[in-house]
Amino acid sequence: MKKLAKKISALLLAVVMIVACFAACGKNNSNATLKIGGIGPITGPAAVYGQAVKNAAELAVKEINAAGGINGMQVEFSWQDDEHDAEKAVTAYNTLKDWGMQILMGTVTSAPCTAVVASTKEDNMFQLTPSGSAVESIAADNAFRVCFSDPNQGIASAKYIGTNNLAKKVGVIYNSSDVYSTGIYNKFKAEAENQPFEIVAAEAFTDTTKTNFTTQLNKIKAAGAELLFLPIYYQEAALILTQANSMGFKPIFFGCDGLDGLLAVDNFDKALAEGVILLTPFAADATDEKTVKFVADYKAAYNNEVPNQFAADAYDAIYTIKAAAEKANINSNMSVSDICDAMKTAMTQITVTGLTGTITWTADGEASKDPKTVKIVDGAYKAM
Amino acid sequence: MKSLLQKKSTRNNLITYGAVIVFYAVFQTLATTGSLKSLYKGLLVPICAYVILAVSLNLTVGILGELSLGHAGFMCIGAYSSVIFSLATHETIKSDFLRFLLALIIGGVCAAIFGIIIGVPILRLSGDYLAIVTLAFGEIIKNICNVLYIGYDSNGFQVGIKDSSVQLAEDGKMILKGAMGASDIPKDSTFTIGIILVLITLFVVFNFVDSRAGRAVMSIRDNRIAAQSTGINITKYKLLAFTISSFFAGIAGTLYAHNYSILTTKKYDYNTSIAILVFVVLGGMGNIRGSIIAALILTVLPEILRGFSEYRMLIYSVVLIAMMIYNSSPKLQGIKEKYSIKRILDAKKRAKALGENEKEAE
Repeated sequence: MKKLAKKISALLLAVVMIVACFAACGKNNSNATLKIGGIGPITGPAAVYGQAVKNAAELAVKEINAAGGINGMQVEFSWQDDEHDAEKAVTAYNTLKDWGMQILMGTVTSAPCTAVVASTKEDNMFQLTPSGSAVESIAADNAFRVCFSDPNQGIASAKYIGTNNLAKKVGVIYNSSDVYSTGIYNKFKAEAENQPFEIVAAEAFTDTTKTNFTTQLNKIKAAGAELLFLPIYYQEAALILTQANSMGFKPIFFGCDGLDGLLAVDNFDKALAEGVILLTPFAADATDEKTVKFVADYKAAYNNEVPNQFAADAYDAIYTIKAAAEKANINSNMSVSDICDAMKTAMTQITVTGLTGTITWTADGEASKDPKTVKIVDGAYKAM
Repeated sequence: MKSLLQKKSTRNNLITYGAVIVFYAVFQTLATTGSLKSLYKGLLVPICAYVILAVSLNLTVGILGELSLGHAGFMCIGAYSSVIFSLATHETIKSDFLRFLLALIIGGVCAAIFGIIIGVPILRLSGDYLAIVTLAFGEIIKNICNVLYIGYDSNGFQVGIKDSSVQLAEDGKMILKGAMGASDIPKDSTFTIGIILVLITLFVVFNFVDSRAGRAVMSIRDNRIAAQSTGINITKYKLLAFTISSFFAGIAGTLYAHNYSILTTKKYDYNTSIAILVFVVLGGMGNIRGSIIAALILTVLPEILRGFSEYRMLIYSVVLIAMMIYNSSPKLQGIKEKYSIKRILDAKKRAKALGENEKEAE
């Protein structure tokens, strides 16, 4: 009987311990730190983007802390994985809330960002996404972004092709199952009507049919396109360039920021990328002082890896938070909601000169900056 | 009442209902008193959805004995149909509860209708063939939802598979935008509704299994030819089980979709179908309570492992392998029996009986 009592009490204790595991810890916000959280995929197919954002954000935080922090507060940065999934992103957000996050820098990809924005709006938490580019990703007034929105990229691309008179007949290949790609394509198509060129063929592919593009390329070639617009990511673009080359189709290739990373694809003949034009906010071999320093620091910190535009967006995002927090005079004793209200006002007043250009914000959260175009010459990006 | 309790299956079912209710009571109390971490608070509704999915798939896989890899497809139908309904009636039906109730019914019924449509031709297949066809079905559903554009204005609804095919008037509103899916979905799902749905699912599935129809279904699983020779209409009973299973998948999809403000098809791919199958296999084929526990553990586990950051998914897979081996290896049976809760309870009973015997002896 005694043994049984022991067993039962052990069981009870175990239950108490498990419950304690789930219970919230008391908030211990020491007053000299500002807690910034980050969310993005560091596992799964979109891990490249999340990893770049995480690395660059940590680099920026380290620099800021070494230089004395924000308003004298040291910055604590915590990163949570969302596997590029809306459900996991909300869970990651809740985890960061338990940790005591005061400002959110994220999320990296569009669809999870839209899901998280609904939660940050409820909590009135300030959110700045480095690269969530869908229109809905910053639907709430507490959310801002560093990158261009998808429609803006589509419009800017069409305008660039039109004003520089690159071609009269344009073909498009886009990913109809991807938010980013369809978002750009739809606006590109709308803006094309105002421009002196004509879309002669628009061909789609989906995530499950992204290995063979010969059908699409043949149609576009038959339609006589002089320029091929590729609002897609670089993995597929590398295949398209290879396949177009093997069938002797040589139009001008024009892409958006998703093409950044093209030169780093394994087993890809870089010579094929010669002359590809892309609209991107960042080129790693630009010669301005800021970019040179960032690239050198990033390479030194992360195995000689060259930072992509996601990294640049994230680096700018952290410095934007710093600028806005200083403008709003944030201190760590303020509640999350008070910080958010102060930051919201400050964001529309600041101007940040970052890696991706000189940026100002409007109250709807959109960043306004000049689009940059780069051309691949001799296996490297050259600003145009 | 006593005779009822003496029946082993009834007693077992009551334990399951009880466990679900206790789970609800504990976590609802923790959540309302604010002492539950927001991480776990956010997981409560998805857990309910996954439990319903696991239990309903167990009906197909465990009770009917047919391997289905398209459960996420039914979840997808439920999610999309109910979200279209919710967004279309967001302004007209003011009561959140009433709207969500109707959305649940619509989600479930749409999924069930597809269950019948799909079930009639494919339930003639069995084994590997059925698995592959259901897998294909799930992908078809996902791809169709991915290109749907739906909008409405004062002239009514417009549906198309291209952006340009939906031309709305000034007062129009887009509901589904192809790959971009739906956004601004009303967050109507709550933990309480989730648990009620879990209990309803359990009630229906338990009673189905215990009914005449359920026995017929199990006899088909155990020996198809023998079942046929006793005059059981195989197609009818297979279809019945499959339809109930898809109905609840649709309900789970509705519950899940109304917990997040955004809906895209990415979630409803074969990875999710397989994840649900893993719940069923880990919990034990045909073991409803096992499915519930497996769904709960496998949903919470990756979140508990967040402390390991990059190594999280690696550790998760290792733990999954370990659990599968523990659950199925005959060599570990001894350990399991030694430390099972049942044994502790039995020991209590034995001790009690012993005590009574001693008293009598005195």
